[in-house]
Amino acid sequence: MSNEDSSPTASWRQEEGGLVLVLSGRWHRGSRPVNEEGGRQTKWPDSFETSELGEFDSTLPAYLLGRLREIEQRESQLAAGLPENLQALMELALGVPEQSDAKVSEEAATGLSSLGKATTHAWEAVGSVVEFTGQTVLSFGRFVTGRSSFRSRDFWLILQGCGVQALPIVALISLLIGMILAFVGNIQLANFGADLYVADLVGLAMVREMGAVMTAIIMSGRTGAAFAASLGSMSANQEIDALRTFGFNPFDFLVLPRLLALVLMMPLLTIFSNIIGIFGGMLVAWTLHTPPELFYAELLTAINPTNSSLGVFKSVFFGAAIAVSGCLQGMKAGNSSVAVGDATTRSVVASITSIVVLDSMFAIAFTILDI
Amino acid sequence: MAKVSVRDLTMAFGSYVVMRDLNFDISERDIFVIMGGSGCGKSTLLRHLIGLKEPASGRVLYDGEDFTSAEPDQRERFIRRFGVMYQSGALWTSLTLAENIALPIEQHTELPAKDVRELAVYKLALVGLSGYEDYYPAQVSGGMNKRAGIARAMALDPDILFLDEPSAGLDPLSSRRLDELILQLRDTLGSTVVVVTHELASIFAIANNSIFLNTVTRTQSATGDPKWLRDHSDNSMVREFLNRGATP
Ligand SMILES: Nc1ncnc2c1ncn2[C@@H]1O[C@H](COP(=O)(O)OP(=O)(O)OP(=O)(O)O)[C@@H](O)[C@H]1O
Ligand SMILES: [Mg+2]
Repeated sequence: MSNEDSSPTASWRQEEGGLVLVLSGRWHRGSRPVNEEGGRQTKWPDSFETSELGEFDSTLPAYLLGRLREIEQRESQLAAGLPENLQALMELALGVPEQSDAKVSEEAATGLSSLGKATTHAWEAVGSVVEFTGQTVLSFGRFVTGRSSFRSRDFWLILQGCGVQALPIVALISLLIGMILAFVGNIQLANFGADLYVADLVGLAMVREMGAVMTAIIMSGRTGAAFAASLGSMSANQEIDALRTFGFNPFDFLVLPRLLALVLMMPLLTIFSNIIGIFGGMLVAWTLHTPPELFYAELLTAINPTNSSLGVFKSVFFGAAIAVSGCLQGMKAGNSSVAVGDATTRSVVASITSIVVLDSMFAIAFTILDI
Repeated sequence: MAKVSVRDLTMAFGSYVVMRDLNFDISERDIFVIMGGSGCGKSTLLRHLIGLKEPASGRVLYDGEDFTSAEPDQRERFIRRFGVMYQSGALWTSLTLAENIALPIEQHTELPAKDVRELAVYKLALVGLSGYEDYYPAQVSGGMNKRAGIARAMALDPDILFLDEPSAGLDPLSSRRLDELILQLRDTLGSTVVVVTHELASIFAIANNSIFLNTVTRTQSATGDPKWLRDHSDNSMVREFLNRGATP
């Protein structure tokens, strides 16, 4: 063969015997781009001409299949003229007709249509959150009236996972937050000789806001994401379908124990975070010459049972929001590992967003109620 | 009266119609095979039969009662009588094999823990998994997962057993044992069995009724006893399928 090393070429020629597709050159994954001659064709070739064809690998049949698929007038028989092995490969590839309506259609997204799509998606998302919350409430109702069941062992494991096992990270973050608050506060307050009021600042900030919000954010990254990932992989593996067909209600069995565990644990974690955060503030104040006794005495004038229960009260709602976002995203995850990853990301975004939104609503409500 | 009746069933994902106008009956104690090329909608049909997917149109009836339009509570009653094995096994990965089988038994009976365990061990033994009771699904092979899935489907001695490609991925001996098990279940418990399978040897050994789904026409091509269809079906594609591509 003379053209052993020449670049791959495909040219269409109109000859006496009809339309001929001439293939020549060496077709390799590493070779240069295909030279196409003779333009686009709308007719199936009447014969092939391959006397100049060198070695080829899968790029040639792939190219051929691509071109033949584009042609509108199809024939069931492949024209003669291909080398035997190539002929056999092409017959295999063309053997099962393409399911054209199975192809995923990619509509060109114009500005307006993508806006419309985004709106419908957003609306559907709101709908699914509302529906999921409703289902959860129903499920809770069944639980209270004793008509639903989950395995108590599962519940204890989840409780442990989102309680005790979260203590170290909550402790670390809260300690640092308390210390940062004290440092920042001290710089400002020392200007007025009011260093002692660091105790008020740290105490109020922790019990009203920072304790609950920081714990919630830690828990959405930690536990909410874990809920989404574990329920997501269960749904990808059809385990949730299997629960359904054995007469288990997936809500009662999977969502409810997670929700209950988080709603129970969040207030406790928040109290813990408050204490550690205030302790961190006290340490900093101590190094800046405010003795702990004085700090403590000042702290007691600032916080009282009412304002120190605000954060704990909010944390219950944050816990519910995290559990619902995590479980919702997990349950409606598609059936692949990519979908599980997406579900995890979405659950974290959704729970942090809802925490911030809830917190602002509480801030407004507490201001109006003057607490 | 037919155990399961399917009337004018059309299955679709959005606007993509998988199969249309399916009509067939499954009688009590039938071993009914769903056949067809890969990707033609066999698993999807199974999901319609057990209520995991809603028909685009048409109905599924059990003992003449409408399952498709039943209220959730009523549906629950039907579903209690099913045992299902999924194509992927779908064992609960956080539970051991024995616990996988025990869970439905605990949920639906009042048996003491010891008896539940005994039942689970027995069901695993039936599928040749004695000794693997305390392994987790991730610790056993694909074929073993599948067999454990079959054991779980049989956990509650179901009235109707649905198996999605139970013998795919099994060695010839295990797959032979499985055929015997299915026949035994029918004969001793009187179960009706609906199986998706491509395995011709197994189809001719156990099935007495079948449906053939055609990928090209997107509807059923034949129903009836596969042994009879092999030689006498008026559809050449069905005959070809049942003769492994050789045209008789
Ligand atoms: N979730 C889905 N979304 C869209 N299309 C789907 C979905 N699930 C299945 N399909 C389509 O439905 C058709 C039938 O799928 P199904 O899984 O029922 O095939 P099958 O007959 O069980 O194949 P196999 O023998 O390979 O298991 C396929 O063409 C598939 O692309
Ligand atoms: Mg399938």
